[in-house]
Amino acid sequence: MKFLGLSRKDTRFLIIVILLTLATPILLQPFPEGSGLATFNAGYPDLMQRFAIFGIFAIGFNILFGLTGYLSFGHAAFLGVGSYTVVWMYKLLDYNVIWGLPLAVIFSGLFALLIGYVSLRRSGIYFSILTLAFAQMSYNLAYSVLTPITNGETGLQVYGNDAQVLLGANEPTSPHFFGIVMRENFWEPTFGGWSFTFNNGYYFTAVIAIIVFYISLRIFRSPFGLMLRAIKTNQTRLNYTGINARPYTLAAFVISGMYAGLAGGLMAAMDPLAGAERMQWTASGEVVLMTILGGAGTLMGPILGAGFIKYFENIFSKINDQVLHGWFAFLPDGLEDFLIGVSHFFVGKSWHLTLGLLFMLVVIFLPGGLVEGGQRIAGLFRKKKTTGGGGDPEHHPKETPHVAE
Amino acid sequence: MSKTNITRRGLMKTGAATGAGLALPTIFTSGAAAFTNEPTGSTVTLGFNVPQTGPYADEGIDELRAQQLAVEHLNGEGDGGMLNTFSSKVLDGTGILGKKVEYVTGDTQTKSDAARASAKSMIEKDGVVMINGGSSSGVAVAVQGLCQEAGIIFMAGLTHSNDTTGKDRKANGFRHFFNAYMSGAALAPVLKNAYGTDRRAYHLTADYTWGWTQQESIQASTEAIGWETVNNVMTPVGAGDFSSYIAPVLNSGADVLVLNHYGGDMINSLTQAVQFGLRDKQVNGKQFEIVVPLYSELMANGAGENIKGVYGSMNWNWQLQDEGTKAFVKSFGEKYGRPPSNSAQTCYAQTILYADAVTRAGSFEPCAVAAALEGFEFDGLGNGPTLYRAEDHQCFKDVLVMKGAENPTTEYDTLEIVEITPVDQVTYAPDHAMFGGAEASLGACNNGA
Repeated sequence: MKFLGLSRKDTRFLIIVILLTLATPILLQPFPEGSGLATFNAGYPDLMQRFAIFGIFAIGFNILFGLTGYLSFGHAAFLGVGSYTVVWMYKLLDYNVIWGLPLAVIFSGLFALLIGYVSLRRSGIYFSILTLAFAQMSYNLAYSVLTPITNGETGLQVYGNDAQVLLGANEPTSPHFFGIVMRENFWEPTFGGWSFTFNNGYYFTAVIAIIVFYISLRIFRSPFGLMLRAIKTNQTRLNYTGINARPYTLAAFVISGMYAGLAGGLMAAMDPLAGAERMQWTASGEVVLMTILGGAGTLMGPILGAGFIKYFENIFSKINDQVLHGWFAFLPDGLEDFLIGVSHFFVGKSWHLTLGLLFMLVVIFLPGGLVEGGQRIAGLFRKKKTTGGGGDPEHHPKETPHVAE
Repeated sequence: MSKTNITRRGLMKTGAATGAGLALPTIFTSGAAAFTNEPTGSTVTLGFNVPQTGPYADEGIDELRAQQLAVEHLNGEGDGGMLNTFSSKVLDGTGILGKKVEYVTGDTQTKSDAARASAKSMIEKDGVVMINGGSSSGVAVAVQGLCQEAGIIFMAGLTHSNDTTGKDRKANGFRHFFNAYMSGAALAPVLKNAYGTDRRAYHLTADYTWGWTQQESIQASTEAIGWETVNNVMTPVGAGDFSSYIAPVLNSGADVLVLNHYGGDMINSLTQAVQFGLRDKQVNGKQFEIVVPLYSELMANGAGENIKGVYGSMNWNWQLQDEGTKAFVKSFGEKYGRPPSNSAQTCYAQTILYADAVTRAGSFEPCAVAAALEGFEFDGLGNGPTLYRAEDHQCFKDVLVMKGAENPTTEYDTLEIVEITPVDQVTYAPDHAMFGGAEASLGACNNGA
């Protein structure tokens, strides 16, 4: 079962990822419509698109941070560049995303080359600060100075009097891929109480996410990836052996910038508006959180982290008093009010608190992120099996964990 | 993800199950809905999308209180509030068209991106037919565009930028709140009487659509009474510290500072301006003055002492003495123990106006609702006789000019009404240059799919 130059194990891994991605609209909709738990369903197009898009963003970030250990605090700038590029292509040409997306990757790559060339003269904390400074600079430029290009705080959007030279008479007036309109659903089945939404835009992003995941898998397994890992392990030793690390780090920086640009472009492809706040440092911090939360340096971790954070942002922030009353209605009044009072601190506008607590728990108890959690649970089951076999669990050589997994 | 020991058999099982799930024949219930999120059950869901975090959070939370109150009144709970004084009598407390009103809430974080994400989830997940809210015009413009594309009605909340019903007007979007042009037109005569015609103004402006249009409007109307504009400096939203922007004012030769700020930003900039001693200064032989063109009770509260004697304008104030206002203040006060702010009133009115339009149209279909709202004349919602103009979906009504009270007795009467500017004085043509000129158009209304 070898395929596309992947080992047997990786092929299996890729197939699982593909299946999970394609079945997302079903997996994220575990509760029937109308039940009390339906609030926790996440299988609606906008959120699924976000999962895939931020998954791409985090995969790309992981190529830099996970492999070389260079912590960039400025990746949101590339996200913004990607978004602005795509919206400008809508304004100038037409709503087909085919023009904007490749350009978004190219422009963010060039931008990353520029920022990376300067920032990578330093490493460690100085590198992080430099990237942060560049990103804040881009944000402030987009927010006020470059208003004619970015439309400032209002956000860049398409107006009726824009050029749109390629716009055909019957062309859809929202983003599409050769007539496949992103925000339309191609199938909305209901089984009993369950209803599922299969959205064009989600599958478009999902296919791209799978392709870029495959590329990142190849990078992880390549000699280039090995070199990047060597930089993370001991850059000084690498320098002593006569290898100049900078071209490798710069390449990794540009590649991850291109991933971020692609993610930004896809955001604009799902929703034709680009706002400057996408470039703010909080957005850069978010992708760092996603990667660490999921497990830096692992293939699957950043995607899990992205999903985790976006889920909290979109689902927990929407639980309000009405929903809480619905849940606790069966309790006596005093207890109900007490429970609602306590829950107040964790849902609705306080969702950040819940996320913060979980983040702390993960970092303290699972330094390897959610992926480590998964491995420990899997380990528990495996141990049970082997102890039955009579072998001595204390005396066997420990497996060396593979850094890329 | 290294230790996923998945067997070939297991994988095939999963694959087969997934395949079977996908291939199962299904009943296509979606069928041909006439419009987006057509309510088919016994309930109808409205979306309240307000800032619960960020610089405008106070306003957002007060809006949410009013929206919840409106839902109660529509469902026949409570004392009915302004439904009793509203000139249209089709709402009878049985929900909308016999469907019980439910609502979902979302946090816009005072950011366009977050607001659109929240609005999208309301449309796609919760199936709302109308979205109400949006403190900050940037957010309102962004969400209005989204509602237009998705084919649902947007009833704007607190948005004061000319662009919302000007350059960025949309057929599916409606605004009850007044706008920057109206503020300028109402304030100028009062400022002329109070401070004379020979003044030099320095503007500090929030750097986004609302700030730009308000600054433009105030500059135009003050220059019309003979004032001179010394400088206009843009400040980022949510800056927190404005001292570096205020220091240069001292040496600019200006004798009036116009703060085009709102919410937490205005509280900070006004407080810092007073701390810098601006109001104790004499410039060009005149007392230095500060003007805050757009006021709210919550801001006045936050700024405390510093607000005394400062002029500004408002859409509505709880101290008005008409029947609608009294009824609303009473039911709001009984439920929350405080008088409502003007952002609360506009959101309440918008929710009631939507419900009324649906009932008069006999359908939730966006185009029918829009037609019912266009050109609608009503009274009894606290602002006196009001017109929903068909050309730009803007409400036209009286504007209040306010002043920080010298001797407030409670924390809620820190502002006093100086003048009620009649609607004729603030009316403008739909193709006014500040509102996108002749090019601006609503486009076609969209029912979605």
